[in-house]
Amino acid sequence: MGIDLPLVWAVIILFSVMMYVVMDGFDLGIGLLFQFIPDRHDRDVMMNTVAPVWDGNETWLVLGGAGLLAAFPLAYSVVLSAFYLPVVFMLLGLIFRGVAFEFRFKSHEEHRHWWDLAFIAGSSIATFFQGVILGAYIDGIPVVDRAYAGPAFGWLTPFSMLSGVGLLIAYALLGATWLILKTSGPLQNRVIELARPLTWALLAMIVAVSVWTPLAHASIAARWFTWPNLLWFSPVPLLVALVFWRLSKALRPAAKTPHAAPFLLALCLVFLGYTGFGISLWPHVVPPAISIWQAAGPPQSLGFALVGALVIMPLILGYTAWGYYVFRGKVDASEHYH
Amino acid sequence: MLNLEAIDLARIQFGFTISFHIVFPAITIGLASYLVVLEGLWLKTGNAVYQSLYQFWSKVFAVNFGMGVVSGLVMAYEFGTNWSRFSDVAGSVTGPLLAYEVLTAFFLEAGFLGVMLFGWKRVGPQLHFLATAMVALGTLVSATWILASNSWMQTPQGYELVAGRVVPTDWLAVIFNPSFPFHLAHMVIAAYLATALLVGASGAWHLLKGRDDPAIRTMTSMAFWMLLAVAPLQVAVGDLTGLNTLEHQPAKIAAMEGHWDNRAGEAVPLTLFGLPDMQDETTHDAIEIPHLGSIILTHTWNGQFRGLKSFAREDRPNVPVVFWAFRGMVGLGMLMILLGLWGAVARWRGTLYRSPFLWRFALCMGPSGVLAILAGWITTEVGRQPWVVYGVLRTAEAASAHSVTQLSVSLALFVVVYLAVFGAGTWYLLRVIAHGPTTTAGSEPVPAQPAGGAGRPRTPMRPLSVPPDGLEA
Repeated sequence: MGIDLPLVWAVIILFSVMMYVVMDGFDLGIGLLFQFIPDRHDRDVMMNTVAPVWDGNETWLVLGGAGLLAAFPLAYSVVLSAFYLPVVFMLLGLIFRGVAFEFRFKSHEEHRHWWDLAFIAGSSIATFFQGVILGAYIDGIPVVDRAYAGPAFGWLTPFSMLSGVGLLIAYALLGATWLILKTSGPLQNRVIELARPLTWALLAMIVAVSVWTPLAHASIAARWFTWPNLLWFSPVPLLVALVFWRLSKALRPAAKTPHAAPFLLALCLVFLGYTGFGISLWPHVVPPAISIWQAAGPPQSLGFALVGALVIMPLILGYTAWGYYVFRGKVDASEHYH
Repeated sequence: MLNLEAIDLARIQFGFTISFHIVFPAITIGLASYLVVLEGLWLKTGNAVYQSLYQFWSKVFAVNFGMGVVSGLVMAYEFGTNWSRFSDVAGSVTGPLLAYEVLTAFFLEAGFLGVMLFGWKRVGPQLHFLATAMVALGTLVSATWILASNSWMQTPQGYELVAGRVVPTDWLAVIFNPSFPFHLAHMVIAAYLATALLVGASGAWHLLKGRDDPAIRTMTSMAFWMLLAVAPLQVAVGDLTGLNTLEHQPAKIAAMEGHWDNRAGEAVPLTLFGLPDMQDETTHDAIEIPHLGSIILTHTWNGQFRGLKSFAREDRPNVPVVFWAFRGMVGLGMLMILLGLWGAVARWRGTLYRSPFLWRFALCMGPSGVLAILAGWITTEVGRQPWVVYGVLRTAEAASAHSVTQLSVSLALFVVVYLAVFGAGTWYLLRVIAHGPTTTAGSEPVPAQPAGGAGRPRTPMRPLSVPPDGLEA
């Protein structure tokens, strides 16, 4: 018995997607919060908190896509063609977001608001449709003869819309808590004020999704509420409650100025949500019926690609960590960044 | 109105997005190697002109690289969104090759690009030169993976079909498939040519603007030398590529030549121009040179090669598109050789920096390398039709089952967004080029790079942040 290659690749892809959600999540969140912070200098500071790292964060999305094609070509082809329009909208949103980052700094004063608009719209569109894709993915994808067999707008459901809004709130909270970590003074106070309602909105969303998911999906309900799974999974909601309690405490007006705690707690929430998503669907890579082993390509392909991934991914991780270390600390308005 | 079917829209969309994308990596490949040469010359001679040119072209490189990253994001997903059957059937081969390309590119970006673009002050000159060389090597390795994947689609081998799907049996055979060395060489040389033409046009532009200093002269001179050496070399490699294509994809060659029929014992002429007609199975109003077709493709006086009529109608590519794209590529190549020769003559007579007509020609030829690359890709990709994987999977069977409405919406959005975004990007790139290298009166000090670290001014470690802000003057 050799290595379970599909399992190894599933772990690599799950890890890549998680890295993406966590890291690009707060970048996109900055874009979502832009509309609430009209002051130009504040906006400069906000962008500077993520300017050195955002494109590194986005690379995880490309890696996830290429890895999915290499290891699970069936899943790649079915999932992406099933969610055709939302994937296209997401990619176009990311393009706008990406170039707005660069051209905003280089543009004339009077053109800058256009790039601000592109940044806000790009971030919002990309986030919303990522959430829609997530919700529609949980809803499941009908497959006949190795191809998507649902309608063109099969992804357009109340649940996927809710999930889209939920991700907007989640990324906005990640962005706000990141700014609490990276800024100081009036801007920091302003984002603390924004983070409070976002925390409660996210709690409401998590409750709504957690109630809706088992009601709408019998197979997920069966997984959650049978013994002994109930015991194994029970820490997830308990931890969510604990983290929310800590987060709301850290953001209380009377509390001393928070620093890293809100961001780390928000990361915990995202991680817990991701865990819940994973344990609901595992081991299906095309829910509700196609498992990672059924969708996997031939072992020759998985083994060949694995060699490269195992050599290069640690280097990418090391470089990423170094990049964050170099750019640690607060960004203040007087700082000249370019 | 055009009555386009879903498959046509899907193909137009892929052609559109990949045509935008390919331009940036091609220039990235060429500029990376050019930067290695500039830095090597600087280290060897100590001449500050080379350093000034390095600083200048690394800015252009950085913006161009950023554009390539943004446009490449779409490509990583488009095989699944639009070509799901292709991904399912052949993803076992193209997926790992694409994954290696992505990993190579990230490795390059992670390890060496930062040092190359931001490390002047932080590492010694030797180490910096190593970083530049590694980036250039990385671009070539990336190209190798992509060309391996694409030429496998042209001349597949090293696989078996299991339940209708490709299973790789021998990765070396997959990668080193029959057309791979030719396509790789042809593409890398094309990237070098396109870059030389871009550099030459930039020099010519500055000369026409009356800016005549050692840096401008040096880059113009280097571009002309490159053109003189590489344009004829490309013709030779193109000839070998054609012979390889004749062996493995004869229908593509027949379409490129507009060659329908053989007559017993008669040589094949070369059709210079004409109007290929797929209905009538002939090329109308053909201007032909007797025997030249035989000479070029069989290297004999009377040799014959298969005509289009020997292929079933449903196995023929779109002849007019292949025919004209090929002529576009070859015509531009001829102009490149002419420009190279003219430059050599002017240099020999000592008038290279006193020839406004030559400069104008060089300026007009600036985009020709990129256009020739696009024409060449259209020739080889449309020429592979009706197959997506030659002889294995037909394009019509490879597409996702999207409606015309869906595809029209997505295509329209791609066109609008790409024109806006990459239009702005290209405009910005041209602004950087228009600024030109800094004049080198005496020894140019290395521009100070702000230090990183907590509480200190930060270096934004992104390619696009290399050129200064506020260029939109």
